[in-house]
Amino acid sequence: MNQENKKQSIFTKVSDTNLLLVITIVIFFVMYIGAILFQGGAFTKPQMFFNILNANAALIITSCGMSIVMISGGIDISVGGVVALVSMCCAVHLDMHGGNIFTSMLIALGIGLAFGLVQGFLVAYLDIQPFIVSLAGMFFARGMTTIVNTKPFNVENAAFKALMETRIYIPGMGTVNKKGIYVPAYVEPGVLVALALVIVLFIVLRWTKTGRSFYAVGGNRQSALMLGINVKRTRFISHVICSSLAGIAGYVYFLHVGSGSASHALGMEMNAIASSIIGGTMLSGGVGNIAGTLFGVLSLSTIQNIVSNAGLDQAWWTGITIAAMLCLFLVIQSVVMAQKKRALK
Amino acid sequence: MSIKKKLISSLLPILMPVLLGGCVSDAASGAPAVLDTEEETADLISIGFSQLGAESDWRSANTQSMLESFTEEYGYSMIYENGQQKQSYQITALRSFIQQEVDYIALAPVTESGWDGVLQEAKDAGIPVILVDRRVDSDKSLYTCWLGSDFELESRKLCEWLDSYVNAKGMSSSDINIIHIQGTMGSTAQIGRSRGLANSAREKGWNILGQMSGDFTQTKGREVTAAYLKRFLDVNVVYCENDNEAIGAIEAIEAAGKTAGPDIDKGDILVLSFDGTAEGAKELAKEGKIAAIAECNPLHGPKVRALIEAIEAGESVEKFNYVDERIFSSLPEVSEVYVEGVLYPVEDVE
Repeated sequence: MNQENKKQSIFTKVSDTNLLLVITIVIFFVMYIGAILFQGGAFTKPQMFFNILNANAALIITSCGMSIVMISGGIDISVGGVVALVSMCCAVHLDMHGGNIFTSMLIALGIGLAFGLVQGFLVAYLDIQPFIVSLAGMFFARGMTTIVNTKPFNVENAAFKALMETRIYIPGMGTVNKKGIYVPAYVEPGVLVALALVIVLFIVLRWTKTGRSFYAVGGNRQSALMLGINVKRTRFISHVICSSLAGIAGYVYFLHVGSGSASHALGMEMNAIASSIIGGTMLSGGVGNIAGTLFGVLSLSTIQNIVSNAGLDQAWWTGITIAAMLCLFLVIQSVVMAQKKRALK
Repeated sequence: MSIKKKLISSLLPILMPVLLGGCVSDAASGAPAVLDTEEETADLISIGFSQLGAESDWRSANTQSMLESFTEEYGYSMIYENGQQKQSYQITALRSFIQQEVDYIALAPVTESGWDGVLQEAKDAGIPVILVDRRVDSDKSLYTCWLGSDFELESRKLCEWLDSYVNAKGMSSSDINIIHIQGTMGSTAQIGRSRGLANSAREKGWNILGQMSGDFTQTKGREVTAAYLKRFLDVNVVYCENDNEAIGAIEAIEAAGKTAGPDIDKGDILVLSFDGTAEGAKELAKEGKIAAIAECNPLHGPKVRALIEAIEAGESVEKFNYVDERIFSSLPEVSEVYVEGVLYPVEDVE
């Protein structure tokens, strides 16, 4: 009897993650195909999809980090601030201190890592609420961004501009517009970085010991401890990974806009949390999937595009549709959780 | 029990597309209208308008003017996108316009920097871009033209008004202690209005006690003013870079137990403002709580339409186009101001 229960609980847990993942992917495809069928126009062009990737490469990376922290039972709302701080520091470094691309990348990584180490230490070893720690981190990052430089400005560094304007053209996907001009299809370098990270993190979470310990710690800290997992270290690592990813995302964002500004990436942390939840990550921890997170970001952005292409005022209607979608997901998640609890009884 | 569980877990994925189908058809219900306009009346000129946000009354009036000027009756279809103060949203909107093959793009950029890439894409796709209100620091060849206000001139007019008013009151320039509530940092309006004040203050010998951004909002305007009033006791002029900040500043002045009004020689604090679009601001100007307002004309729509009509007719248009603007005050002391030899009458608040 006891053994049977155990089996069942493992079974339900695996299917939680996979079920939510399947739902996310289905929703994305239904939405996108629906948009092509009902709206047509821009959605029939491949570049529309690549534009979604181009605009959201940084969000994909921060959302992956957010998912990892959420899977291990925490949260990190400092990521948007870190992105802004990285873009400002890199901009200042490149234009005012004569830096080069390589050193600016090191700065981005360094800032991310530093935030991760401090926040991870406070959360894991001093046992402070991750929300409070990262709230402080967010204020610190936003404040520092303004201290580094008040005014937003464009980077003029020639090497950087060349990298920023690099386009990876995708042959055969371009379209000819009504003026008879060929508009090529392309992605920005940041998209490749984002997709590569998604693959790496997917493998890490699924097939490595560290990756699995995130799920164990987030699912039930006590049992994880009893299983001999170093809970503190696992939580520490999750924050280090999340903030480092935010650092990388900061650079990708910087590469996308090419300017430093204190108002960059405002509210990005909230979009990252929303994407993770739509992607099937549970706020309560222990459940989630990086592939789902990728589709979460894509779904979020597709909604925005559908709403704006329909000619509705984007600002308000996007908010309302995203809210409705989040509600839907939270309901599904609580239903799944209820099922799991019932199965455990 | 297990049957129930299976039922639910199998129902969920099936239910999802149904639920979502509802969602999609909801969102798409606005779409047939878009398709109709494209197919039935192919001669409509389509315009993608990326507005930077809806942060102030001026902005709302500006958006309204654009929407009203590009209706189907005039032969246009407009796709309007609110950028919510985020440059990344505006870049996304512009890229989406390019994919939707609009004929023209109107862009009111949230900041001056960082537009090179996307403007180049629009140019490559053969779509003319008309900048509205704020400028960009990209190369001039990347956009067709710009339409907006001369923010520095607005500021110069207001500063000349202040100078004449101070003289009329028989005060010395060195008695003037200004706190400067700036707009959103890096916006064209902020840069022009701040530069105008900085130059005039240096010429006239006014003291600027502090300057900080109020983000063009009433709340931030109130916060910043309240903080400065605690720090400096001898403030007698508050220079706000838009109406909303001025309304906030007056709230802060009154909350601090001081009075906003014209008698700066008797302890009132003089409030100066820009725009003149917020209804509340005009009321305050009639009462004299806002001493003077330099108008910033938000009605860009008809002028943008005129520019597009000129381009359609094959005419060449000026690169930089200015709208006419006035200066208002309900105080009788100053009736006209001169800036660089040009006379601007001070009009009574309507």
